[in-house]
Amino acid sequence: MTPEELRSRAERRRLEESRFSERLRVCTATSCASLGSGALFDALSAEIHRRGTGDRCELKRVGCLGLCAAGPLVMAEQGTGSTHTESLLREVRPEQAASLLDGFRDGFPAEQSVPLDLPFFRKQRRIVSEACGRIDPDRIDDAVAAGAYRALLEALHERTPADVLAEIDRSGLRGRGGAGYPTGLKWHTVAKAEASQKFVVCNADEGDPGAYMDRSVLESDPHRVLEGMALAAYAVGASEGFVYVRAEYLLAIERLRQAIGQANQIGLLGSAVGGTAFHFHVEVRLGAGAYVCGEETALLASIEGGRGTPRPRPPYPAAAGLFGAPTLINNVETLANVPAIVARGGDWFASIGTEKSKGTKIFALAGKVAHTGVIEVPMGTTLHEIVFELGGGIPDGARCKAVQTGGPSGGCIPARFFETPVDYENLAGLGSIMGSGGLIVMDEQTCMVDIARFFMAFCRDESCGKCVPCRVGTVELHQLLDTIANGRAGTRDMELLEEFCDLVRHTSLCGLGQSAPNPVLSTLRHFPEEYRAHLRGQCPAGVCFPASPAEEPPR
Amino acid sequence: MSVYTLEIDGREVGARPGETILAVAREHQIEIPTLCSLEGLSTVGACRLCLTEVEGASRLLPACTTAVAEGMRVRTQSERIARYRRGILELLFAERNHQCAVCVSNGHCDLQALATSLGMDHVRVPYRDPLLSVDASHERFALDHNRCVLCTRCVRVCDEIEGAHTWDVAGRGIGSWIVSDLADPWGESSSCTGCGKCVQVCPTGALFEKGKAIGEMTKRTAFVPMLQHMRGRRR
Ligand SMILES: Cc1cc2nc3c(=O)[nH]c(=O)nc-3n(C[C@H](O)[C@H](O)[C@H](O)COP(=O)(O)O)c2cc1C
Ligand code: SF4
Ligand code: SF4
Ligand code: FES
Repeated sequence: MTPEELRSRAERRRLEESRFSERLRVCTATSCASLGSGALFDALSAEIHRRGTGDRCELKRVGCLGLCAAGPLVMAEQGTGSTHTESLLREVRPEQAASLLDGFRDGFPAEQSVPLDLPFFRKQRRIVSEACGRIDPDRIDDAVAAGAYRALLEALHERTPADVLAEIDRSGLRGRGGAGYPTGLKWHTVAKAEASQKFVVCNADEGDPGAYMDRSVLESDPHRVLEGMALAAYAVGASEGFVYVRAEYLLAIERLRQAIGQANQIGLLGSAVGGTAFHFHVEVRLGAGAYVCGEETALLASIEGGRGTPRPRPPYPAAAGLFGAPTLINNVETLANVPAIVARGGDWFASIGTEKSKGTKIFALAGKVAHTGVIEVPMGTTLHEIVFELGGGIPDGARCKAVQTGGPSGGCIPARFFETPVDYENLAGLGSIMGSGGLIVMDEQTCMVDIARFFMAFCRDESCGKCVPCRVGTVELHQLLDTIANGRAGTRDMELLEEFCDLVRHTSLCGLGQSAPNPVLSTLRHFPEEYRAHLRGQCPAGVCFPASPAEEPPR
Repeated sequence: MSVYTLEIDGREVGARPGETILAVAREHQIEIPTLCSLEGLSTVGACRLCLTEVEGASRLLPACTTAVAEGMRVRTQSERIARYRRGILELLFAERNHQCAVCVSNGHCDLQALATSLGMDHVRVPYRDPLLSVDASHERFALDHNRCVLCTRCVRVCDEIEGAHTWDVAGRGIGSWIVSDLADPWGESSSCTGCGKCVQVCPTGALFEKGKAIGEMTKRTAFVPMLQHMRGRRR
C-alpha cells in the first residue's frame, strides 16, 4: 500500500461516515463494559433496526470516553460543520435506548448530560488519546480515517531511519513506563548495535494497582501502538516485535490481535510493509499477571519461556536482550506518542510540556475526587489543577490531604505542594515518582502509615524472591510497619525501619526492591508526625485504632 | 589479546575483557564475600553480598556479574558496604532456621563463615522460624528446606554440569522454595541421576548426605571449574 492508497482509503471511510446525520458512539472499553455497555449497544442496535433508521443513524463501538466512573457512556453526535453538536451522556441504561434515539429530535435528558466544557475535558490535551473514543478499535479503516499509519508509510517511502530517530531525539520524549529514560537515547543504542536480528518489545504488563492507562489506549486505539512499534523497528533496524500484555486484559488482547491481523492483511504490518523492503512481524505474548514481569529483564525472560525473574543489568536489553539480541523495550504510552511525533515533528512535541519533560502524560485519576477516569494533560500541569479542576475537587467538602503517584514505587505528596507543576524532576524532588500514571487522591481519612503498609504488602507479595534484600527485607519492613500501625512499636523499630529501607533500596537487584521503600520514605518525610502519633498509640486519621487485626503473616 | 587496566581497592590490576570484577579480584588475592556465585557456574547476582562501589555507577554493582572495563575504579570494602553485607546476612539468618549448633554443617557452612568474617554477631529482627519440611525421600541425600538460602547453586550445577535439571525454584517472594522435578519427592525424581553434585555445591546444611557425622560433612566444590575446564568451556 502506498501513501496515496492509504489516503484514499481514509477518504472513503470519512465520506461513508459523513452520510450519517446522527452518530452514536458507545464506549465498550473494560470499565463501561463492566457497567453494562454491551447490553446497551445491543438495545440501541435493535431499536435502530426496528425503526429502520440505519441509513441515517450510525451506531459505533468505541474505546474509552474518559469519565470512566460515570459509565456506561455514550457520545451522541449530530450534523457536520457549523451545525455539528456533541452530547456526552452518562449512566445510560439499555431500557433507555428508544428515548435516547428520540433525543436527537427532542433533546437529551439534562440530568444525564455531561457538560463538555467541564475542566475535566477542557484542560486535557490529547495526543496519545486523540482518537480514543472516536474510532471503532475493531475497524482498521476507522483508525486509518483518523490518520493511522500515515506517518509510517511516509517514513518508509520518504525518510531514512536516521531521520526518524532524529525526530524522536528532537521531541525530548521520555519513557512513560516509569523511569523517564530518554527514548531517543535508547533507540540510538539499539540502532547502533550490530546484529543480524533485533527486536522491538512493547511493555503492556501494567501491574501498578489502580493503573489502567495502557489498557485504555490498547482497547481504544491499538493501531497507534502498533504504528509506534513499526516506526521504532524501522528506526532501530528490527524486523520482529512482541507486545507483552498481562493475561487479565482480555479485551485489549482481543483488540490487539484483531488489529495486527487487519494491518497484516492490508500490508501495513508483516512482510514488505507499504510495498517497501521493510518487514515487521508482531506477536502478542501474555504475561500471567506477576507485577515483576513488567520489569524489562524479567519480561524478556518470560517471553523466552523462562521463569519471570529479573537479572542484573548491565548488560542492558539494548545490548543483549531477547534471545541475546539487541532489544528495544518501550512502554505502551511511549510508543503511542511516536506516530504523532513523526507526523508533526519533534519540535512541535517539544513545544508542549516543561523544560525537561515534554509532551503529555496520561493519568488514571482515582480516589477521593469527584471525577475519576483517564485524563491526558500536558506535562507541567499542576497537581492542584489535576485534583481541583480536572478532578472537580474532593466530594462532600472534605479536605484533600495528599496524592499518591507512582504506585508501589512512588510516594505521597502532601497538599501543600500542589502548586508544583507535574514533571519527572519535580515529582522525584518531592520524594515520589511520575511512575506509569496512577494518581490516587487522598483525604483526611487516609492514614499514611496504613498506606505505606499497604504498598509494602504489595511489594512483599510481588517480590520474585530471587535476591535476599527484597525477598526478606520487604517481609521485615512490612512487619515493622504493622507493628507501628498497631501501636506496639518503639523508637528502636523506627530506627530499624529506616535502616532496612536504606538497605533494601540500595542492595536489591531490580527496580521492584529498589523502589519498594519509597512509599515508606516519602510518608516518613512528609508525615513524620503521623508515625510519631502511632508510637503514642494514636492514629490521626482514625484508621488504625482500635487496633486493626494484625494481617496474616505470609505463607 | 587486549588487556584492561583497572583499579581495585587502590591497587592497579590487569584484566582480560569479559572477566568479572570478582574473578579479577580473586586473581589478585582481593577477597570479596560471595554466597550465590560459584566458580564454574553461571552467575545470577542474587545474594547481593558481593556488591561493590564502582566509580561513576549510580548503584552498587555485584562483583560476580559485572564485567570489567578499561579504567574502572572499584572499591570492595567500605563502612557502608560492610553495613549492608551484615544487614543482608541478618535477613538470611532471620528468614528460615539457621541454628548452627544443631546443624549437620556446623563448622563447614558458608553462611556461618560469612557471618564470622563479616562480623554479623546478632540479628535484630525476629527469627521467622517457618517450620518447613525436610525431604528425606532420597536414598543417599536429603534436603532440609529450613537451612536453604535459595542461592540456586544446586539448580545451576544440576542443569549446567550434570545436565539433569532436577532442581528448580517454585513459588515466589518469601514463599519461594527449591523443588525437584514437578515438586515431587526427591526420591521419586525420574531425572535425578544420584550424582550428588548439588549436595557438594550447597553452601549450607540444606543439602546433605545421609548418615554422615557433623565432622564429615565437608563439601567439595573444586570439581565444578575443573569439569568446565576439561570440557573446554570454562567461564
Ligand atoms: C517491578 C517493575 C515493574 C514494571 N512494570 C512496568 C509495566 O508494567 N509497564 C511498563 O511499561 N514498564 C514497567 N516497568 C519499567 C520497565 O522495566 C522498563 O523500564 C520500561 O518498560 C521501559 O519503557 P519506557 O522507556 O518506554 O518507559 C517496570 C519496572 C519494574 C522495576
Ligand atoms: S528486587 Fe525483588 S523482584 Fe527484583 S530481583 Fe530482587 S527479589 Fe526479585
Ligand atoms: S538447597 Fe542449598 S544449594 Fe540449593 S538453593 Fe538451597 S542453599 Fe542453595
Ligand atoms: S555472589 Fe554476587 S550476588 Fe551473590
